[in-house]
Amino acid sequence: MGTQNKVSFLIGSGLTPYGKLEGSSTLDLMAEAAKRALNDSGLKRTDIDALICGYSTTLPHLMLATVFAEYFGIKPSYAHCVQSGGATGFTLVMLAHQLIASGAAKRVLVVSGENRLTGQSRDSAVQVLAQVGHPTYEVPLGPIIPAYYGLLANRYMHEHKISEADLAELAVLMRKHACLHPGAQFNQAITVQEVLDSKPIAAPLKMLDCCPMSDGGCAFVISDQAVGGHPIKITGSAQHHNEQHVSALSNLSTFGARASTQRALADAGRTLEDVEYAAIYDSFTITLTILLEEIGLAPRGQAARLAREGHFDANAKMPLNLHGGLLSYGHSGVAGAMAHLAEAHLQMTGRAGARQTNKAGVSLLHGDGGVLSSHVSLVLEGGV
Amino acid sequence: MSHSTEPKNSQPLQSALPSHTLVQRLSPHDWTLGGEVLHYQRCPECAHTWYFYRSFCPSCGFDHPEVHTSRARGVVYTHTTVYRAPDARFRELTPYKLVLVDLDEGFRMMAHGQKDLLIGEQVALSFKKIADQQIPYFEKI
Repeated sequence: MGTQNKVSFLIGSGLTPYGKLEGSSTLDLMAEAAKRALNDSGLKRTDIDALICGYSTTLPHLMLATVFAEYFGIKPSYAHCVQSGGATGFTLVMLAHQLIASGAAKRVLVVSGENRLTGQSRDSAVQVLAQVGHPTYEVPLGPIIPAYYGLLANRYMHEHKISEADLAELAVLMRKHACLHPGAQFNQAITVQEVLDSKPIAAPLKMLDCCPMSDGGCAFVISDQAVGGHPIKITGSAQHHNEQHVSALSNLSTFGARASTQRALADAGRTLEDVEYAAIYDSFTITLTILLEEIGLAPRGQAARLAREGHFDANAKMPLNLHGGLLSYGHSGVAGAMAHLAEAHLQMTGRAGARQTNKAGVSLLHGDGGVLSSHVSLVLEGGV
Repeated sequence: MSHSTEPKNSQPLQSALPSHTLVQRLSPHDWTLGGEVLHYQRCPECAHTWYFYRSFCPSCGFDHPEVHTSRARGVVYTHTTVYRAPDARFRELTPYKLVLVDLDEGFRMMAHGQKDLLIGEQVALSFKKIADQQIPYFEKI
């Protein structure tokens, strides 16, 4: 395990609003998020000794970390990018945690941002993203990302007796949470009927079952010491990797999310019963449904019922994605999932204002990339 | 929208890579090379059966897997109907059905299919020219 009993500290987070940020570039959004994270941590840019970042589909550079280091004006002793699709954000945090545990770095800046919405045509964004499919056996058939998830959805709904109205409950829930966040891309409440009536994309998924594309950036400062005004502990992390392609996945009910979260919890010396706040990847309503149910935060087929009953609300049993998630806060590539952690950080340090939950001690975060292909889980704890 | 009008940095990676490099070792009649045959592979050592062509067995590593021609019949594992196409060629076809089919020989593939296909239905494969490409297409038996 290597990091057992070793902790690192998330001491600063920075999150921009997500949505249509006309004129923004990848580097602008990364720099803005990094500034906010440094301010939050109380550190200066010269205190940073390592920089790790994700990729950007609008700035597909071979050396984005070095490009950003120059732009931002830092000379880290360790820097590179990481790519694992939607799992990248939490993978970066896991890596920062391990760099610190190994002694390779003391203060790591984790940063991602992208003008995914305004930096390219919608067609080209759709085509670039569809390349997670197989170039010979899948992409030539004309799939889009929602189609891969539409395939998952129909099978999962068939096996676990879930309706389209059930899926819609998760979109309604994320929108309800986003309504309390001024930075969210969407902040008008929606109903199950509005989700059902929204434009079909890849049946059974409709427009409001799908996360939007957004401009935005997010960054963290992760340190070996609990310095600054808002430190929380990173106590556990784990990954799991399946087949990349939906045609090659042997099973469309069990993806490894449970295995990954269980190992992250064991790494932290915790169990699922200890978790008080959940931040779970929600690229589509079906993604959130499958992950909640496989991880064990809802029984199979019951995520929608729990959402409807208020189980995932701020002061209920398991507060979930209180910023509104990818579905309503927005999805700006790698920074998309990082916003889940920025919100967890606010919640765990009592700074979430109108969205504040009354308990966020032990938090479980889970992200996936590809078509539930790559999984990464984190455990964070407050009370530092 | 044609590819030439798009910003350079958004060209799909696929266009820069010879995606058929490995598949060229298959017969030219394979559908991915424009033919009307569906191939799959099987390992004589461990009996693992798979679809995406490789020169070795991904289960045990054996270096001389067999290539077989499928009888091209199977059962619908799942499906989706695509309304939002990735480009202009496919936009003309919308809505179109994508399916994952479990072939009788024990491998799974993605293909197009008859619009009303449902999970569990028995299907047979044919090939259609769709969007200027050879596309595998399943219909109910």
